[in-house]
Amino acid sequence: MIQEKVPETRAASGEAAMLLALRNVGKVFSNGVTALSKVDLAIREGDFLSLLGPSGCGKSTALRLIAGLSTPTSGQLDWRGSIDRSNTGFVFQEPTLLPWASVFDNVWLPLRLKGVSRAKAEPAVLEMLSRVHLTGFENAVPRELSGGMKMRVSIARAMVTKPRILLMDEPFAALDEITRFKLNNDLLELWQDERFTVVFVTHSVFESVFLSSRVVVMAARPGRVHGELAIDAPYPRDEAFRTSPDYAALCRQASDALVDAINSTAGSHHDGH
Amino acid sequence: MTAIDDATLKLDPEEARRARQERLERIGKWVLPLAIMVLAIVLWDRICVWNEIPQYILPRPGVVLQTLHNDAGLLFSSLLVTLRITFLSLALAVIGGVGLAVLFAQSKWVEMSFFPFAIVLQVTPIVAIFPLINIYVNNQTVKLLLCAWIVAFFPILSNTTLGLNSVDRNLRDLFKLNGATRWQQLRYLRLPAAMPYFLGGLKIAGGLSLIGAVVAEFVAGAQGQSSGLASRIIEAGYRLNAPRLFAALILISLTGILIFLVLSLVSHLILRRWHESALKQER
Repeated sequence: MIQEKVPETRAASGEAAMLLALRNVGKVFSNGVTALSKVDLAIREGDFLSLLGPSGCGKSTALRLIAGLSTPTSGQLDWRGSIDRSNTGFVFQEPTLLPWASVFDNVWLPLRLKGVSRAKAEPAVLEMLSRVHLTGFENAVPRELSGGMKMRVSIARAMVTKPRILLMDEPFAALDEITRFKLNNDLLELWQDERFTVVFVTHSVFESVFLSSRVVVMAARPGRVHGELAIDAPYPRDEAFRTSPDYAALCRQASDALVDAINSTAGSHHDGH
Repeated sequence: MTAIDDATLKLDPEEARRARQERLERIGKWVLPLAIMVLAIVLWDRICVWNEIPQYILPRPGVVLQTLHNDAGLLFSSLLVTLRITFLSLALAVIGGVGLAVLFAQSKWVEMSFFPFAIVLQVTPIVAIFPLINIYVNNQTVKLLLCAWIVAFFPILSNTTLGLNSVDRNLRDLFKLNGATRWQQLRYLRLPAAMPYFLGGLKIAGGLSLIGAVVAEFVAGAQGQSSGLASRIIEAGYRLNAPRLFAALILISLTGILIFLVLSLVSHLILRRWHESALKQER
């Protein structure tokens, strides 16, 4: 077994408890492509951590490894104590809802698969729907909702099991800017209230800086961690922060780091060819 | 912003043309086929009269209608026999088709191994298999059912198999992440996802099971009390009773149309809330 438990005591040292550590993790696909190489990454309790990088840098692969959808070729994932991948929630790039099921049934699904009856699940489902501002839409089917609302259902579904880590794979990439900003704000609000940990994959410098407490910049071919940026602007962050000079300066830093990461891939162009 | 009120009164020429086009299409959709049908029947009648075609070769539509009324008892009891075979074989096709599709969906290996057999069964003309069935099976009803089933089950099998395998990859991952069992994945994900495909197959199979039932009766040459519409047609052919032949033919066609309409309605009712095929196109 590749995944190993770390005693709770070791995690207690340090300012925030370590939740999960990727140690020297590598992933090689059967077609010979090295998706990830020697990735070391510590995810701490309460982090809002973004993986920022160009396409092909392995950020989605890293997320799938954490979720357990894929196993590493080398290295290991160390979870703290009794926590493991069953404590994760996953939000896909697309809303990925059951098109034939109502909003309620879609959010109920993870609980239903664990054998929780409709009646037993109802309080948790309704609570989550109200947290994502979808009260009153329980009986709608996905096609009756806008793109942003579908994504809210998807977030509610991922959160209904109260996961310790929420894994998000470019969840807002397909939304228009106004909707994206709104969902950014609402996600931050939810995160601050519930204090879960987020690993957020994105290729948007601005989104990663606005949301995150830590931005991990990745480079491609092979996929690897290029550097890390602490975003120490205080929360709550609102629309005022989005237009502040501090934000602009942080975006500049992140952007420079990203350009540096792209240039570090020898003999490549950043258009993906 | 009173634009909406104004627009209903003063449409620009392009929008007005589009609205007129839509109105015409709505009416034409019903009126045109009906008009052509009526025209064809009138033409049929006139051809009989102009060419003085004898009734035993081509009866006039009025005569056919008269026969349909006069022979109603005989024809409808035969129709019931044919319908019984049709619906029983359709039910068996659904059970067999869906059952096999679910079995195939359990493993790629099972599908790869057994699907070719289903294709062999499908592409071999039923008329050519029938002599064998005739040797192996004694019971007349079982013979007919087997024939109609072989013809009808394939579209259900192939469509349902396709549907069960067409589940969104992310949805599969979602079920995997939540530790879904094989049964849960089938029950909550793959079967509902396969529903539109299955219903498409069912519509085809409905028509095919009627064809299967009629063809089976033809080759089985059923007689006596258990004779369906096909036997009536053969019988009428031997006696040069063209009006009854036509009447039986019309009954079979109407039955086929009715089966298709009913299955379309069922499909629409099941899919209307979520599936693209059942939604009105929005501009």
